[in-house]
Amino acid sequence: MDVLKKVPVREQDPKVRATNFEEVCLGYNKEEAMEEASRCLNCKNAQCIKGCPVSISIPDFIKEVKEGNFEEAYKVINKSSSLPAVCGRVCPQENQCEGKCIRGIKGEAVSIGKLERFVADWAFENGIKPSVNAEKKNKKVAVIGSGPSGLSCAGDLAKMGYDVTVFEALHELGGVLVYGIPEFRLPKEKVVKKEIENVKALGVKFEKNTIIGKSFTIDELIDKYGFEAVFIGSGAGLPKFMGIPGENANGVFSANEYLTRSNLMKAFKESETPIMIGKKVVVVGGGNVAMDAARTALRLGSEVHIVYRRSEEELPARVEEVHHAKEEGIIFNLLTNPVEILSDENGWVSGIKCIRMELGEPDESGRRSPIEVPGSEFEIECDAVIMSLGTSPNPLISSTTKGLEINRRKCIVVKEENGETSKEGVFAGGDAVTGAATVILAMGAGRTAAKGIDEYLSSKGN
Amino acid sequence: MYSILEAKELADSIYEFVVKAPNVAANCEPGQFVIVRTSEDSERIPLTICDYDREKETITIVVQVIGAGTYMMKSLKAGDSFHDFVGPLGRPSELIDTPIEELKQKKILFVAGGLGTAPVYPQVKWLHEHGVDADVIVGAKTKSLIIMEKEMEAVAGTLYITTDDGSYKRQGMVTKVIEDLYAEGKKYDLCVTIGPMIMMKFVCLLTKKLELKTIVSMNPIMVDGTGMCGACRLTVGDSVKFACVDGPEFDGHLVNFDEAMKRQQIYKTAEGRAYLKAKEGDTHHGGCGQCGGDK
Repeated sequence: MDVLKKVPVREQDPKVRATNFEEVCLGYNKEEAMEEASRCLNCKNAQCIKGCPVSISIPDFIKEVKEGNFEEAYKVINKSSSLPAVCGRVCPQENQCEGKCIRGIKGEAVSIGKLERFVADWAFENGIKPSVNAEKKNKKVAVIGSGPSGLSCAGDLAKMGYDVTVFEALHELGGVLVYGIPEFRLPKEKVVKKEIENVKALGVKFEKNTIIGKSFTIDELIDKYGFEAVFIGSGAGLPKFMGIPGENANGVFSANEYLTRSNLMKAFKESETPIMIGKKVVVVGGGNVAMDAARTALRLGSEVHIVYRRSEEELPARVEEVHHAKEEGIIFNLLTNPVEILSDENGWVSGIKCIRMELGEPDESGRRSPIEVPGSEFEIECDAVIMSLGTSPNPLISSTTKGLEINRRKCIVVKEENGETSKEGVFAGGDAVTGAATVILAMGAGRTAAKGIDEYLSSKGN
Repeated sequence: MYSILEAKELADSIYEFVVKAPNVAANCEPGQFVIVRTSEDSERIPLTICDYDREKETITIVVQVIGAGTYMMKSLKAGDSFHDFVGPLGRPSELIDTPIEELKQKKILFVAGGLGTAPVYPQVKWLHEHGVDADVIVGAKTKSLIIMEKEMEAVAGTLYITTDDGSYKRQGMVTKVIEDLYAEGKKYDLCVTIGPMIMMKFVCLLTKKLELKTIVSMNPIMVDGTGMCGACRLTVGDSVKFACVDGPEFDGHLVNFDEAMKRQQIYKTAEGRAYLKAKEGDTHHGGCGQCGGDK
């Protein structure tokens, strides 16, 4: 074995997986996991922990894996994370824990994400559940949204002994984990449902089909229903469009719509909810959501092009997703930006007019900003366009809650150290605060707010 | 699960359900809608609230069987339940926020087409309860499709009923009734019209000529109903609006109906196939060269 390289992880063959919705990555088995774990240098001053938004004791759990003590490894992870099977699959490890790994200086970083996934899956298979030891506190906390930030906040609060109820607007629990991320990247029955069962096992209650801001308000939760603190983890669900001509043509979808139809409403298999299967689909954008939409369309049988205005280096998606997308046959049209959507006489998309771009000086984000090349317009023929340009927070809550400060991007303003908003007893975290980001950052914010809520309620006394 | 307390057939393929939904009944207002799913695998169907009872904690909805999802509802009886029932969604009717004294000064006309009679009813009833009597035009293709006549009569100022084929009361489209009323010298300050998009389009074309401000309630394709998917986007004036969170009611003179009607057609073939399957079972497996089912 070459200690400079990761133990390779088994994956479905690209040609086969391009036609099914089964999980792409098959994960490590026991032997592979123990071998990969032995690459960990068990650093005293572990950099990987600093790269983890929820500060998992990474060398400690890897040490247990190395010795084959998988249950102990699960317990170590569970102290910091409520959703390890999810994070092991969708975290951008290359920018976080693995990005800081000392092994990465000379060779490849330890495959921390794959090890985390192995431990969590092993715990599912062996019926290991997280445990609550805390004494019950007779205090009710409401959590709005059952996505990553809400689940992690609810899980932590339940572990501290609080009486927690999670309110979810949709008919299914999990937020972006069920409506956004596709089955082939994050299996719903095998992973998401089980992680949520674990949070339920901690005593957390869930109310589906309840839209805070519509069914009732935050003030009602506090004044009428006796919740002493509220956590807002309502995410960033509003899709953005480009505002170019032709965007309302038939066959133009937001990535949110396309993915919600496929994932939440199960249109990828037998379902009453229809989805349009284009012959040739153009996905606009370069993030993880764009990759998810593109790879979904590919699996449904479309030829798929990704149109992105910067170059490959600037693609915001995880490296692994871009790599997988390419392997499966997604065509990348980089340094290209749409200027108009063309449609036929019946209002259906017939093509997309684009302009070529080149990279200029770095902008404030440090990325080189794209500039149009004059006179370089050209057309790509297609019958469907999926806009994946990011999302912004839903104003349903902020517009119905007096005293809740938001910024000009419609994000809720909080104190970073404890998630406290401008309204007493109300905390927030995740995409509702940051705008669209990652599952793990949302979970980190959920944990921070759980601590903040505990401090607030403890200082309030009885 | 949300229990169905009453279920009845109002007219040919039009059904009414009274559903126990405390969270919706506590806070809903006329003009808002709910999203309903019959079973665990059903699609999400948006339906305008037709009546509500805060004390009994119930919501009344009226459904016309047009696709697979609504076909499933046909067989539901009192004692059964809906799998999911969420709301209230969308913004309440503008009338609710208008001072009563101001409304009393106004002559208001409601124009309802077919199933649109159901969502018009709570608005007319709300006005009636606040001492404002509005005139109501109800139109349908034929006599058997006229619904809620008695209920409407009890809350409307004057009720005008018209059928396309003349099988009941007046004969002709709703726009003809508006023209007739104006020819008789009547005048209104505000019109609210709810019904098929094509009807609302023609009502708006006429009321624009009559310089009569007109509110429409749009019912485009939706998935989540909370602003997430953008399927329900419409062009209103110069801007793009989401019917689910910005509406469903808009200034009818600013709505681009031609675009909205095209967008209604997006899933027509797929929906038709699902409907046939719900009605007749899994009978077709492709090979017709039309549907792509064999590919």
